[in-house]
Amino acid sequence: MATVALKDLVKTFDKTEVLHGINLEIEDGEFVVFVGPSGCGKSTTLRMLAGLEEVTSGEIHIGDMMVNHLEPKERNIAMVFQNYAIYPHMSVRKNIGFGLRTAKMSKQDKEKRIDEVAEILSMSELLDRRPSQLSGGQRQRVAIGRAMVRDPQVFLFDEPLSNLDAQLRTQMRLEIKKLHQRVGTTIIFVTHDQVEAMTLADRIVIMKDGYIQQVGTPTEVYQNPANLFVAQFIGAPSMNMLEGRLTNEGIVLDAGFTIPVRPKVAPQGMTIGIRPSELTPAKEGEAALMEGSVSVVEPLGSETLIYVDVGSTEIVATVPGRTLPELGSRVRLNTPKEEIHFFDTKTGQALK
Amino acid sequence: MFEQVTSAFLTILIGVVACFIYFWGTNWLLDRFLRSDGPGLSGRQSVQRDTLRSRIRPWLFLFPALFFMGVYLAYPVFATLWLALHDRTATNFVGLANFTWALTDPRFLQAAGNNLLWLIVVPTASTGFGLLVAVLADRLWWGNIAKSLIFMPMAISFVGASVIWKFVFDFRGPDADQIGVLNALVQMFGGSPQAWITVPFWNNFFLMIILIWIQTGFAMVILSAALRGIPEETLEAARIDGATDIQIFFGIMIPQIFPTILVVWTTITITVLKVFDIVLAMTNGQWDTQVLANLMFDWMFRGGGDSGRSSTIALFIMFAVLPIMVWNIRNVNSEETTR
Repeated sequence: MATVALKDLVKTFDKTEVLHGINLEIEDGEFVVFVGPSGCGKSTTLRMLAGLEEVTSGEIHIGDMMVNHLEPKERNIAMVFQNYAIYPHMSVRKNIGFGLRTAKMSKQDKEKRIDEVAEILSMSELLDRRPSQLSGGQRQRVAIGRAMVRDPQVFLFDEPLSNLDAQLRTQMRLEIKKLHQRVGTTIIFVTHDQVEAMTLADRIVIMKDGYIQQVGTPTEVYQNPANLFVAQFIGAPSMNMLEGRLTNEGIVLDAGFTIPVRPKVAPQGMTIGIRPSELTPAKEGEAALMEGSVSVVEPLGSETLIYVDVGSTEIVATVPGRTLPELGSRVRLNTPKEEIHFFDTKTGQALK
Repeated sequence: MFEQVTSAFLTILIGVVACFIYFWGTNWLLDRFLRSDGPGLSGRQSVQRDTLRSRIRPWLFLFPALFFMGVYLAYPVFATLWLALHDRTATNFVGLANFTWALTDPRFLQAAGNNLLWLIVVPTASTGFGLLVAVLADRLWWGNIAKSLIFMPMAISFVGASVIWKFVFDFRGPDADQIGVLNALVQMFGGSPQAWITVPFWNNFFLMIILIWIQTGFAMVILSAALRGIPEETLEAARIDGATDIQIFFGIMIPQIFPTILVVWTTITITVLKVFDIVLAMTNGQWDTQVLANLMFDWMFRGGGDSGRSSTIALFIMFAVLPIMVWNIRNVNSEETTR
């Protein structure tokens, strides 16, 4: 187990800079998830950590060692790939044992280690199968087993669940979380799925265009997003964003209503954000924050998403599952004041 | 010259027009005489005619191919079999006499031995070199140029290649200036020039080099494509698992392209079994370099005039190729189903 530190990490491909100075400290045993849209540099960062991509400038430390110029095998890391990267010509046992070939261990110890890992991943009965005889979930389990068997300092996961169907993905997600709780090794996990990030991570690193946008626990990034991007990226459905400008009465929104509160520091152009789940229908006689007509209703069972046209803006609200408003009907929505997020429209930064 | 060009052009034109007339014409006739929408046809009749038409149509299209295959491929096989059981003028039935002759004739046995030697050396060397080039060329910026150069001999006919290599092995008497590259090199390093293709046993290898030179390009192209098909992640995973380059090559890459290696190897093997032009052009089977195909040609057309014995030799070659051919086709098929 080990800490990981990235210092001013820069990566350029040909002449294009794709990572612009990444700084991050990862604690021993921490489960860190890199999340962001495709092309944000999260996989590149991971591959640099693994030693599969050269570092253009900056430093990578694993434990107390600078590993910039070390070969992948000297870094004592293990990686799980999106496409499993299983050796198709070897049995499951040989696949898992491949990384042990060079280890200084007796044959019995190696076999014992493989059996242990297979036991943990509950695939002992699959050891003599060929990869072609395995399902997608089983293949990914083999890939994880191959990583575990070497008892590395750090596990790297590169979108390991993207190729699995939705149900299996949820199941494997749970297994990876349990695995981390059991072995306690530092895990760095890359995904584009914010749900995976929220459910798995001790800390989430949100990236965009080669910059880190925010680092924090799932609760932090959800409740206090640092900027517009994070606010919209984390949480489903996305946070409602309403542009407006500051006046004496409060913030006058383009959607056609005014919010009577304001942050301490307030620039002229402001965007406010309200999560759909924080919008509740106003009670009879109570003053409502906004009012509009329902344009789309999406029942999800436990809850219902309603799309409301407020002025010229469409707003999403989550209402209880039994509520199914008619299309075109008027709804009045309210939200607690503390659930309103303020952003500077120009810079996109959150305002306190 | 002009006449030849026009006549060639005319032949092509006639061929194309004849094909068009055949395919279009028979199709038209079929539709006309078995039409299902004519007057006085009951519904049942018209359905019957529809099925009949769709049954006949494929045969119309297949007929020319089947006909020419039959005339030029199937018939010769049986004719050869028949000839092999008869004497030199194909008049008297002699049973298996030609076969017993072949198995005791020293020249036949020598040719068969040489064929075996070719069979071991050429496919192995071509596949090996092809694989080596395919792997190494991917790591160099001028790899593609190298690959094009190595592929080029594929475009040269066997006889053309032999002429080129005749110059390489050329010998001008012990005291004359050597124009052959090999002898020039030998001289440069202080050796004495020789007529290389007349040195028994080793001269076989000098002839094999020519075929290796041609076939390496073929092996390289196919294997290069196969190497590209290996998932990059498996190589990266192996690197992280601590495998060295050599271990990755033999442990991860080779096993994944092994079916392709087999196909390349067997395809070259079949070419080698039929080798004829190179030996004919270089030595004509002298100095112990005879091979079966050339021996067959000798018996049939050059002094031999013995259709029985040459047919027997032809059958030996066919029976040697057949199992490899079947195996090769099965390999190709099984590889295609896994894609």
